[in-house]
Amino acid sequence: MSGGFFPPTRASVVEAARSADAGERRRALETLVAAYWRPVYRHVRRKWGKGHEEAADLTQEFFAELLERDLLTRFDPSKARLRTYLRVCVDGLVANAEKAAARQKRGGGVSPLSLDFEGAREELERALASPGESPEREFEKEWARSVLELGLARLELALAGRGKGIAARLFEIYDLGAEGEPPPPYAALAERFGVSVSDVTNGLSLARRELRRIVLGLLGEMTGSEEEFRLEARTLLGVDGS
Amino acid sequence: MRALAGEDVGRLARALRAPDLSGTRFLLLREIGRGGMGSVWEAEDPELARSVAVKVLDLPDESGDLAARLRLEARVLARLEHPGIVPVHDVGNLPDGRPFYAMKLVRGERLDAAAARLATLPERLRLFLRVCEPVAFAHARGVVHRDLKPENVMVGPFGEVLVLDWGIARVLSDAGLERQGRTGAEPAGEAAQTAPPAAGTAAGSVLGTPGFMAPEQARGEDGVDQRADVFALGALLAALVGETVPAGRRLAAIVARATAARPEERYADVPTLAADVTRLLDGEPVTAHRERAWERAARFASRHRVALLLVAAYLAARAAILFVYGR
Repeated sequence: MSGGFFPPTRASVVEAARSADAGERRRALETLVAAYWRPVYRHVRRKWGKGHEEAADLTQEFFAELLERDLLTRFDPSKARLRTYLRVCVDGLVANAEKAAARQKRGGGVSPLSLDFEGAREELERALASPGESPEREFEKEWARSVLELGLARLELALAGRGKGIAARLFEIYDLGAEGEPPPPYAALAERFGVSVSDVTNGLSLARRELRRIVLGLLGEMTGSEEEFRLEARTLLGVDGS
Repeated sequence: MRALAGEDVGRLARALRAPDLSGTRFLLLREIGRGGMGSVWEAEDPELARSVAVKVLDLPDESGDLAARLRLEARVLARLEHPGIVPVHDVGNLPDGRPFYAMKLVRGERLDAAAARLATLPERLRLFLRVCEPVAFAHARGVVHRDLKPENVMVGPFGEVLVLDWGIARVLSDAGLERQGRTGAEPAGEAAQTAPPAAGTAAGSVLGTPGFMAPEQARGEDGVDQRADVFALGALLAALVGETVPAGRRLAAIVARATAARPEERYADVPTLAADVTRLLDGEPVTAHRERAWERAARFASRHRVALLLVAAYLAARAAILFVYGR
């Protein structure tokens, strides 16, 4: 039984990155960039102690290298998770950059990606006030946050496209409301949006179901095997209590 | 939608785990446990006006093996009608396709917490014997639990013992059940470090819990039988009595035999183990330990302490009378 639970086939970004179709390769990279740029940036800053400018450059360079040097084609899902592999690749890139006496900016013909490094910098510098986690754990947490944000953005689009934008709003208020405060009662939400209570509960169910489908779809794309898929889902969903 | 703060991630993960029970007769209340392949939620059954526990699969399941295992667990529980094993009320699929089953909501405390409140060794041994009962019953029905440990045994407010989490149980004789729970080790790798120590439902790990897992199970051998549970019960016995002093040679011998590395050197089954523990409680010789003469005398003295005291008092009185009037 897997129907409805997951898409029956996973379009892995690893496979797509090896595709002869340039468009498919680009889409694969876009997904990876969206999920990983912030973890990479923070990792370079926290583990390697780089300043903002240099970390932003290295992050750009990492994704350029990912394409140029076909790093994804060397990934072997039987040996490690993609997430671990990418982190190790980042470490290799930074180590090499440190070895080079004068690192030259490269782009390899790839335009710099439009990434909100300033926003990431502010977040990181706020987080620096409370250090204590290992770079690996931080990379994992940042990755989880990026995947969920990407999932939420896609949820909003998907629901709006089906004329169910209210479900996304209900979800945001009920499941993503202020931390530590109980969510508003269904009846209050129903009144606020001018719908029935069952519309509220149905809308919430729909949004959660869709988000789960989208997030697991993303994870499926970014993993190379079912084993890895489950391990990443275990981490992201906190199944083992993490 | 707004950007996520660090603390939002946990809340969102919870929302993604939360089962949509709208297609069932249950109303979701709260999450009460996580581990293995899914989560357990307290829900209300309005028809019967009672609370139930709903176990739902959380992990991706492209190949369908996890769903099959969850259903097998439900069928195993349904087969094992015993006061020490939680009854299943319902089984089905959620609107998103995830399988679930509803069972009795167990209230109480973990076995080790319950044992810690028992001051004496006999009390703890009697509690241990109550754990043996449902396990022996399951074996008689051809089911091996394979993950017995303190967190999988609950003690209710009236002292009732319930053995939980049959998620990796092995069915030895499968009348009425389609297939066995998985056995054996998966290829080692990164997974082995990242899988949870609890009931290892993560692919890539040996199923079971270190410390309570028989060596043959840890090696992933085929043909693990009820003696794997005997091993776990031996480890459980050691954990239960660990804080009482002194446990004594005979109890140590029982634990040693139950947890022998080679299955053929263990008690053949749970009733044999339980019988030895009962003998220990009754002050009789145990099969796991050959007594020396002084141990036999000491056990005799301990068992017949009152009679011996009476005899000693009588003899002392006689001696006193002889001393007084014999002069």
